[in-house]
Amino acid sequence: MSDQPSSASFGRLLTLVPPSIAIGLFFVIPFSLIVLSSVAHQLQSGDFVFGFDTAHYERFFTSIFIGRAVYSAILSFSIAVISLLIAFPFTYVLTGFSKRTRTIWLVYILAQLSLSEVLIAFSWQILFSRTAGITNLAVWLGVLDKPFSLAPSALAVLVGLVYLALPFAVLLLFPALSRLDRSLIEASQTLGASPVRTFFTVVLPVSRPALISGGVTVFVLTLGAIIVPQVLGRPGHWTLSVLITDQAIYNSNMPFASALAVILLLMSGAVIGVVGWLNRGSGK
Amino acid sequence: MQGLIIDDVTKRYGPVTAVENVSLGFDSGKMVCFLGPSGCGKTTLLRMIAGLDLPTNGRISFDGADMTSVPPHKRDIGMVFQSFALFPHLSVGENIAYGMRIRGASKAECAERTKELLELIHLPGVEDRRISQLSGGQRQRVAIARALALDPKIFLLDEPMSALDANLRESMQIELRLLQQRLGITTIVVTHDQTEAMTMADEIVVMGHANVHQVGEPQDIYKNPVNRFVADFIGTSNLLPAKMVAPDQIELHGETLKIATNTGDFAAGTEVLLLNRPEEVMVRNRGQKKPSNSIPGTVSFVRDIGATIEILVDCQGQEVISMLTPKDSPNVEAGMEVYVEMPVEACSVLAV
Repeated sequence: MSDQPSSASFGRLLTLVPPSIAIGLFFVIPFSLIVLSSVAHQLQSGDFVFGFDTAHYERFFTSIFIGRAVYSAILSFSIAVISLLIAFPFTYVLTGFSKRTRTIWLVYILAQLSLSEVLIAFSWQILFSRTAGITNLAVWLGVLDKPFSLAPSALAVLVGLVYLALPFAVLLLFPALSRLDRSLIEASQTLGASPVRTFFTVVLPVSRPALISGGVTVFVLTLGAIIVPQVLGRPGHWTLSVLITDQAIYNSNMPFASALAVILLLMSGAVIGVVGWLNRGSGK
Repeated sequence: MQGLIIDDVTKRYGPVTAVENVSLGFDSGKMVCFLGPSGCGKTTLLRMIAGLDLPTNGRISFDGADMTSVPPHKRDIGMVFQSFALFPHLSVGENIAYGMRIRGASKAECAERTKELLELIHLPGVEDRRISQLSGGQRQRVAIARALALDPKIFLLDEPMSALDANLRESMQIELRLLQQRLGITTIVVTHDQTEAMTMADEIVVMGHANVHQVGEPQDIYKNPVNRFVADFIGTSNLLPAKMVAPDQIELHGETLKIATNTGDFAAGTEVLLLNRPEEVMVRNRGQKKPSNSIPGTVSFVRDIGATIEILVDCQGQEVISMLTPKDSPNVEAGMEVYVEMPVEACSVLAV
């Protein structure tokens, strides 16, 4: 009997082994290699040798790439804000419906997650095209004189990524909003607040933690998207993730691609850290 | 027309009728309790007065103004919710001032009124506390202060004591009643606790199965329940099947007993229920002469808890309870053969 707690904790430790190995093999080792190669020497041949060379980071801070990093951050931030603006009212209304209606809508939203980013990107490319796109619909309705192409453009990238992020935003907000105490809303109304006012003074502030975690997830998710910006944007609309792919595969510059990857990771980490700090203590 | 008028109100949720053809009227300044078991429609009725639910049929008006379809935020009501529904993201002071801020009151006005309200509820100086730092009783007081902040015409409370422990509940009942009398505000409390209703109410509305069974002053309802449901729900009753033999006489277990009231005007031969209250019923030793208006029985249990002595008597398979005090010195014990005396003025009859 006396050895039961220790054997139980041994068993518990044992269950931690497979995920630890998986994380070690598939995250720690590759990431260490990325950090090492980001300070490696790039050779003329396209190959590189390990060493300590900060040239790739210097290149980042003196080149257009820093602008691309800022652009990526602003784009991802806008997408996070826009998806929350759409997802929050939608989810709020959805949680008020009957269980059956909610389930149907959630399955409908979840179904979209089964579509790959590639499929979504090319579908939007068709929708934004001159020959078969939505402008034809506008022409048919008499709004436009002749159809034109909407992609490639920054707006097309934005729309594509918002579409990609929306189901995630809804799914992240849903638990918090369905747990929201409806009597808070009623109390606010009996105190003279209109439904709109109640939404802004009670529903939004009470849901702040969910909004923040949803926003961060969407931000990080879109920061890593590489297909939608390539398919729906010009090179000028490419995000840092696309440029990393471009450097690694097409320019055979692994050290620089690695340096950019480290910077991207630091950006994501910084956002998560700052938001976590801002959100401290609001968990109760 | 002054006061609150509920005129033939019905509320249906699909096939379920929560409130059926209820008509009630209350004068301004009264404290009313909607009393009934859970699921009787009392909360639905309260929510319709608040405007949180709309009646399927009927009208609700206050001081002559029709309020049936006025949204809650335009109704001039204050409501305390069962869960208190305090805003977790606001401080105590901000919670109380919430309604005032919406009406555009200045910071200084709000601070002054909040201070005044916190003194009213005996909780001064907690403006800056978080809601999570308050105890259950303090939360209730804050919820009351918040509901009263705008001087509403009607003060509604939905099971306000259910989240409190028993001791606190009793003192809060008295405190709430005193507060209501001091402010003279029309108040409606929903409760399933008859002691709570008897403690606080000017008028009790006994509800059951979507209907109103009886409306009246607490003592009136206690003394003259109109039917078996009310008699069972309000206090403890002895209800014994009997048969009318004359307008003021019944036959029970072969004995003829006189009754004081026959409000139902039951004719001789009708099957009825004899009703009396345990505290009116006496237990006499068999050694004495058989008292008038009594039936024989056997003591089955004596619950002596000091302040009261409750004697359970088995009368031909039916249980009769007698609630006495030590001063009555009944001197009985389980198994003893006794006479159960039911004084004439304590006896009335109800329909079966």
